[in-house]
Amino acid sequence: MELITPDFGYFFWMVLAFGIVFFFVAKFAFPIIGKTLKNREKKIAESLEQAERIHEEMQTIQAKNEELLKKAKEEREEMLNEARISRDKIIEEARVKAKEETNRLVDAAKETIENERKAAMIEIKNEIANISIKVAEKILEKELSKDEAQMEYIDKVIKETEKQ
Amino acid sequence: MMKIWEYIISLSFLMCLLFGAHSFAFAESEEKESFNAGEVIIEHVLDSYEWHIFTWKGHEVSVYLPCIVFNEGKCYTFSSKVFHENEQYKTVNKTNSEELVFTIPHEGNFKGKIVIVNADGTMKRPFDISITKNVLALFISCAIIIVLFYLVTKAYKERGEKEPKGLQSLFEWLIVYVRDDIARKAINEKSVDKYLPYLVTVFFFIFINNLLGLIPIFPFGANITGNITVTACLALFTFFITNLLGNKEYYKDIFNTPGVPWFLKFPLPLMPIIETVGCFTKPFVLAVRLFANITAGHIVVLGFISSIFIVAQVSVAGGVGMSIFSLILAIFVDCIELLVAYIQAYVFTLLSALYFGMASKEHEHS
Repeated sequence: MELITPDFGYFFWMVLAFGIVFFFVAKFAFPIIGKTLKNREKKIAESLEQAERIHEEMQTIQAKNEELLKKAKEEREEMLNEARISRDKIIEEARVKAKEETNRLVDAAKETIENERKAAMIEIKNEIANISIKVAEKILEKELSKDEAQMEYIDKVIKETEKQ
Repeated sequence: MMKIWEYIISLSFLMCLLFGAHSFAFAESEEKESFNAGEVIIEHVLDSYEWHIFTWKGHEVSVYLPCIVFNEGKCYTFSSKVFHENEQYKTVNKTNSEELVFTIPHEGNFKGKIVIVNADGTMKRPFDISITKNVLALFISCAIIIVLFYLVTKAYKERGEKEPKGLQSLFEWLIVYVRDDIARKAINEKSVDKYLPYLVTVFFFIFINNLLGLIPIFPFGANITGNITVTACLALFTFFITNLLGNKEYYKDIFNTPGVPWFLKFPLPLMPIIETVGCFTKPFVLAVRLFANITAGHIVVLGFISSIFIVAQVSVAGGVGMSIFSLILAIFVDCIELLVAYIQAYVFTLLSALYFGMASKEHEHS
């Protein structure tokens, strides 16, 4: 029977003791613990959110970077292509120009040579003519010192001329 | 601090073993007479004015606790040792200077309690607030709880929002458990903060007292939470908090239950009566459940230990054989008691939270 009969004295102490514990926990311990827990949870939630945001930002940046890289690659490719084309063009042009120049030089050289040759020929002819005249003069001087001979020669020349 | 977990776990297992050792000690004194298991067990489970630690070579080693009784408005204090020396304690009545006789009867209605013996031989129970074994154990465990909470609070103050450490992590785990899995599930968001300090206090009070009750050595091992007075007191706290902080909605549910046909409320107010009775049965059930579970655990463990001595009275060899068998069973039951210690703390807190939740719910019927 005693087992299930509440005892008043014990009840009195129990109310007192539990009251003190309750007061201590509710007034001093729990407000600090609860507040710290809440703050920490808030901090964790914020940190997670921030991490998520940073992650998203990173992803955007990465995507942007990739796009930029791709664009840069394309641009480089294009530039290279252009460079190749212009290089080819320049080379081609240079070749053509060089050929033209060569041809022109060769032509000019040929012309000069021809001119020189002609000049030389004329000079030679003149020289020969002079020499012939001189020789003829000499011969004639000698031959035609006599009248007979002069006449004979004139005849001969006339005959020759007539033949011609 | 760091290894507090390991201490708690190893202590828990150690106390299972010690329980056995302790029981040997108390049973030793009974050996000369015929061993009465029932009496020994009930004696352990009940309160007393002295704290019997062990018996050494026929001498009882006890802590004699102060008796504080009031008679006719006057306070009388004396050590309980007086009853160890004599059957009666005679003192001067402070009101009329006559002789006043105190005694502790061994049977009858006041068995085991201090009574005043009147001149005509009738007994009268005075107003008794003696520091009994249970009261002392209660003070010790309350001091332990306050120190633990003080240490944890200090850790929170020092570490701020950093991760918990040591004892703090153990408490945080339980506090967060009470908050998230008990309070927040039962009580609406708006009023949960109001009830939380009580729920945390009640959880730790029951849990720590249950655990201390399992440690068989002095100054622990008293049957605090297995005492109807303690559980009734806790239940009364829950009762008053439920009903004093209850909102309009809650009282409307009691006196004018919605969704019930009118003839159950008028002319005979059946539903209001049932609901009002329900208000009182809820805490009553709380008190009885906790008391019965913890007391039953103590009785079962002691029963297994007592069976050693019952068998030993018949044959010594049987007693030795029985001791192995009984100890294994007692340790097994003690391990279950560890579980029960937690479950009962959980159940009490959960049900309190549910009652609070009912008393503070809002606009569910509208």
